[in-house]
Amino acid sequence: MINKKNETIKAEAKNFEFFYADGTHALKNINLPIYEKRITALIGPSGCGKSTFLRSFNRMHDLYPGNKYKGEIILYPDNTNILAKKVDPIEVRMRISMVFQKPNPFPKSIYENVAYGLRVRGENNKRIVDEKVEEALKGASLWNEVKDRLQDLAFNLSGGQQQRLCIARALATDPEIILFDEPTSALDPIATVNIEELMSELRKKLSILIVTHNMQQAARISDYTAYMYLGEMVEFDETDKIFTNPSKKKTEDYITGKFG
Amino acid sequence: MDNRELNKIRTLITKHKRNDYLFSILGMFIVASLAITLLILFLDLIFDGYPKFGIDFFTNFPSRRPDAAGILSAWVGSALVLIVTFFVAVPLGVAAGVYLEEYSKKGILADLIEINVANLAGVPSIIYGLLALGLFVYEFGLGQSILTAGLTLALLMLPIVIVSTREAIRAIPIHIREAAFAVGATKWQVTIDHIIQYSMGGILTGIIIGLARAIGETAPVITIGALTFIAFLPPSPISETIPFINFEWLEAGFTVLPIQMFNWISRPEHAFHINAAATGAVIIVLTLVMNAFAIKIRYNIRKKIKW
Repeated sequence: MINKKNETIKAEAKNFEFFYADGTHALKNINLPIYEKRITALIGPSGCGKSTFLRSFNRMHDLYPGNKYKGEIILYPDNTNILAKKVDPIEVRMRISMVFQKPNPFPKSIYENVAYGLRVRGENNKRIVDEKVEEALKGASLWNEVKDRLQDLAFNLSGGQQQRLCIARALATDPEIILFDEPTSALDPIATVNIEELMSELRKKLSILIVTHNMQQAARISDYTAYMYLGEMVEFDETDKIFTNPSKKKTEDYITGKFG
Repeated sequence: MDNRELNKIRTLITKHKRNDYLFSILGMFIVASLAITLLILFLDLIFDGYPKFGIDFFTNFPSRRPDAAGILSAWVGSALVLIVTFFVAVPLGVAAGVYLEEYSKKGILADLIEINVANLAGVPSIIYGLLALGLFVYEFGLGQSILTAGLTLALLMLPIVIVSTREAIRAIPIHIREAAFAVGATKWQVTIDHIIQYSMGGILTGIIIGLARAIGETAPVITIGALTFIAFLPPSPISETIPFINFEWLEAGFTVLPIQMFNWISRPEHAFHINAAATGAVIIVLTLVMNAFAIKIRYNIRKKIKW
């Protein structure tokens, strides 16, 4: 699947709906393409469902009983509907990694944090794990800071370093898509710039879906932006268009700060 | 703000701070009275029992002559019973706690189990003794043995281990758990690689506190028919021939420290009361050492884990 700019679609939500266990209809009829090697940003006021939507992409909601998906999220090129009952959520999580809002390294060594995804996949060959860990830490621009203390506990790192470690953990298993759930909201401005630069770098290799509260951040780093409001997708377009010339009044009101 | 308003605020702060002061005095008084009671009890036992403190007391069997009597069979019995208790209660309790927290579906059944487990921790220990007498001694035919005593005390300890396991697991923040699932781990991998490891401090504390309780239990052990006078040791768990371990000791009769103490107290001669006091001091020291050990472990593990 290719759009007018000759970009390939990596994943696509089709008529997607989501219900929480208490019956809340959190997401309504969402349609959204995610382009390969592009950054797609989800913006919208608190409670609009953007995090809920993001967490559907790696079936995080399956951890809590009673949550229900409807519709499809198709992963290309193999046309797998990742929400299908017969598709194991673990398989989905092995293809789509996630970075959380608050840095959440395991209380283990730096090395073990990055290696865990490989261990889960049964990789025990030390040489291969070493290589992959180094590659992932380099990919997360953390290698130079930690290469001499890989056995240190992860929580001895600063907040920004911890978040990059979590990105390395997500990278180590060669995911096709990485989900970022407000990855810089707990970080200081300098660490935020580092993470943003890192995302632009990662964009060369994989597709990124990011939820952000910070509109400037979406404008700075993303190629596409989706504006969500009250569980609905109001508008989806190229980031430039959304921020300079949105086609919907509601989007314009939010972008210009009239509400939200 | 003028001076009058400022003074008003200051008076208010002073008034409120008085509550802090009063509460800390009250708290200190309560804590101190508890600690002093225990200390007096302990010192009393030591003053009464001090003539007995020596190697002989630990290496002699009980005897009709008070000055030759020791607690050899009692402490060996206590140790062996605790080994059985440990190996039964720990795997069962930790597994049950992990199952209830991680695997079982939340619902009426889970709530019922939860209430029951909490209640079990409060059931008087003599009830466990009666249960064990009927079930282990008569129904299963295990006899009045170390095995029976170990199983009985394991029942007593089980709720403590289950509850502390569950509490420790619940203390693990949700975002750490989600991080593990997000890289594609199965429930079992998350449990083994993360949940158990991060809750180990709390679990170990529960285990040791449970053991410390088990070591002082008297009523259930009397109920199942522990002997009060034993002048032999059970067969050694380690043998000289292959396979080097034997389990005959499980079937042996036994006594434990609190029963030995109870026996001596019920004698009319004052000399036996000295023995009883010394035994009491030994039990208290053991409990203190175990609890101190539990605190130390918890401290060491918490130092390595931050969220």
